[in-house]
Amino acid sequence: MSDPKTFFLDEEEIPFEEGQTIIQAALSAGKFIPHLCYHPEFKPHGSCKLCTVRIDSRTVTTEDGQSVKIPGRAAASCTTPAQEGQHVESEVPEILDLRRTLVQMLLVEGNHYCPSCEKSGKCMLQGLAYDLGVMDPHFPQYFSKREVDASHPDILLDFNRCILCELCVRASAEVDKKNVFALSGRGNTKHLICNSESGKLGDTNMAATDKAADVCPVGVILHKRHGFEVPYGQRRFDIAPISDNPVQYAPVKEQV
Amino acid sequence: MPGVNSNGVDEDAVIGEVLSRHQSDPTRLMQILREVQERIDWLSPDTLTKVAEGTRLPRGRVEGVAGFYHFFHTEPLGRYRMLWSDNITDRMAGNADLMARMCKKLWLKPGRVSEDGLVSVDTTSCTGLGDQGPALLVNYRPVTRMTPERVDRIVELIRHKTPVAEWPAEFFKVEDNIRRKDALLGADFQPGDALKALKSPQEVLDAVKESGLRGRGGAGFSTGQKWEFCRAAVGTGAHPAHYVVCNADEGEPGTFKDRVLLSSYADMVFEGMTVSGYVIGARKGFVYLRGEYRYLLEPLNAVLEKRRAAKLLGKSILGRTGFDFDIEIHLGAGAYVCGEETALLESLEGKRGVPRKRPPFPVTSGYLGQPTAVNNVETLASAALIAAKGATWYKSIGTPKSAGTKILSISGDCERPGIYEYPYGVKVSQVLADCGAHDTQACQIAGASGLCVAPNEFGRRIAFEDIPTGGSFMVFDNTRDMFQVARNFAHFFVHESCGFCTPCRVGTTLLANAMDKIDGGHGGEYDINDIWRVIRTLKTASHCGLGQTAGNCVADTLQKFRPSYELRLNVRDFEPAFDLDKALSKMREVTGRDDPGAHFHIAHRKSRAGIGTKAGDPA
Repeated sequence: MSDPKTFFLDEEEIPFEEGQTIIQAALSAGKFIPHLCYHPEFKPHGSCKLCTVRIDSRTVTTEDGQSVKIPGRAAASCTTPAQEGQHVESEVPEILDLRRTLVQMLLVEGNHYCPSCEKSGKCMLQGLAYDLGVMDPHFPQYFSKREVDASHPDILLDFNRCILCELCVRASAEVDKKNVFALSGRGNTKHLICNSESGKLGDTNMAATDKAADVCPVGVILHKRHGFEVPYGQRRFDIAPISDNPVQYAPVKEQV
Repeated sequence: MPGVNSNGVDEDAVIGEVLSRHQSDPTRLMQILREVQERIDWLSPDTLTKVAEGTRLPRGRVEGVAGFYHFFHTEPLGRYRMLWSDNITDRMAGNADLMARMCKKLWLKPGRVSEDGLVSVDTTSCTGLGDQGPALLVNYRPVTRMTPERVDRIVELIRHKTPVAEWPAEFFKVEDNIRRKDALLGADFQPGDALKALKSPQEVLDAVKESGLRGRGGAGFSTGQKWEFCRAAVGTGAHPAHYVVCNADEGEPGTFKDRVLLSSYADMVFEGMTVSGYVIGARKGFVYLRGEYRYLLEPLNAVLEKRRAAKLLGKSILGRTGFDFDIEIHLGAGAYVCGEETALLESLEGKRGVPRKRPPFPVTSGYLGQPTAVNNVETLASAALIAAKGATWYKSIGTPKSAGTKILSISGDCERPGIYEYPYGVKVSQVLADCGAHDTQACQIAGASGLCVAPNEFGRRIAFEDIPTGGSFMVFDNTRDMFQVARNFAHFFVHESCGFCTPCRVGTTLLANAMDKIDGGHGGEYDINDIWRVIRTLKTASHCGLGQTAGNCVADTLQKFRPSYELRLNVRDFEPAFDLDKALSKMREVTGRDDPGAHFHIAHRKSRAGIGTKAGDPA
């Protein structure tokens, strides 16, 4: 058996299998890279850009003997295949600052009021904000008007918190084979829609047992009659930060 | 009668007819929606359901496509939809006053539909008529050279409900305005010249490579190499094929050279596509024509018919067995992002125009996952010329790294706006002299996403090794405010971001909001720092070129025209965007109050001493 291929993540050697993306290899090796639209069970999407890394920066020596760093290309690590010998920068000031800015952008775009959100404590966006040290949303809030859809007997939709990661769209199409969710609008009017003429979830064939009902990383898709069941201090990210045990986000190896 | 709308059109029959003409093919969704909308004015929830049922697409997919494109509407927008082109050059030509005049005369607010549902007036991104603006689209047909008189006449026509087809023809006159011809525009080229000269596909490919032809959309990838990759790639699946796509989604603000090529040199463009098909082994080509050029659809189809009759298209072209190639025109519907080649391919497949992840690249996996060569209109016309006249001749024009000529679309502050073709390597100063530009303060080259060039750089050259451009060249003289130029472009990117990735979807809005805040006199150094932070994020993390370049103009003007920002900056380090006094204005309006107690500004509060006096009254 030949040696496994490796690349370098923040100067640490990471093994990977041919065809794996950078984030897949990193998570499998126990290295956390922040992400929202990436999900181990789905094809890479590359829209949230939280997992952005810099690849193959170089240091050159100029004629007068000074060393200058030439930054490599920035790319979403969830859509970029790992390559032998690649040097990937992730936990560096520039990239961490970029990720904080992206989280702040998402925080001002939607209406995220953590204290009143059922997902608080297990919300990926909140968890990442804490983990990255985001102290405030920084930019002016949009205060955009978004609706709540309570038409479905078992599921509540609170569009105020949507970060447009499309995980529900993908889950409903690929796993549930129902296409309950889709996207309309574009740019800053882009929004999640339901697959019915009324636009209401209650008029779709969504079921509480669907994959799409449990895939939302934030607090949009909620099960009715369940709320605040876990006390403060015992919630998922109270016990361990989002970056703890990265292997939990790694792709599940197929059983041979 | 069920299904018959207020205009007496049987909607169900229209939908059925359009669906059957397109074999209910889901990849033709864009064309289906456009044709239905042209007949029944808008896409109602019921219409979308029927189209979804007919094409067997999930309803949400159909609604998502209808909601993506600016020219599809899912609510009624009136029998007359007036869209004013709102590029900076239209602004400079006075479109805002003209639009306000139109709205006032029609008793309308911009963006709203009139009470009787007759008309709506709004703005749209650059319509590609920068040399004959201010321009507008009426029901997606261009009207050029708007004047106050023309506004008044149009208002009368709308009031009398005169069908657009009966409006004076001179309104719709679009000029070519070709001011300088060179190798391409001045070529002696007859339809068939390139096809008659064709040798083996490999020899033609070698000639295109040898010619040094590079993509004219701006990126400058070697055309020969692109064709070679595509030719080498193998089609897959049940219907393996190769495709040629002509990118005529000329959306970059200030560009209009493709409009002229398609108006007056269509044969050359189609012949270039046919040559490309011959080389890569494609039997089918698409022209992706931007929705703003809808009026060119019939003339272009007529040219295609003529070419089929002349055996220049179709089966066994010029009698050569096995040389089969035909072209179809696909219309866009108002989305700048579809100029990005992978977004274009998505749109061509009837989807939302969201750029794909790369790799794979279109040359191996493009239209319907098959090898596809996507080329700019001008590139394809140049390829036809090379096939007809040879690589050596072509290579002798331009510079060693940029062979051939470039067509520039010149607009803004100059005496002779229009189309100028130059060999690559021409200096900016030469171009300015030729078009009659005086006291030039700046040129915006390559559009909103391009480069803002200050006078000390006018010695630079138009070439891939210096200033690459798709062809947009906007001139600003000393009277112009470069801050407003940048603010206009910042808003353009808000409208045109596809919204797929976080940095571009949010960053373009944050950037435009910051520019508005500065414009309103509320900006400080704090906001400039925020602007730099947003621009860095856009550049580093955006999914495609749109987001990566969306901050360019603000960055350029901040560096080169800093005073235009400074004079607006507040001395304080930070002021909130929320204006307390402005927030009270609505209540002042409702209550009819205007006394100092109804104001928050310090100036008003100071005048409180004079009890009973109105703010602004002499004490």
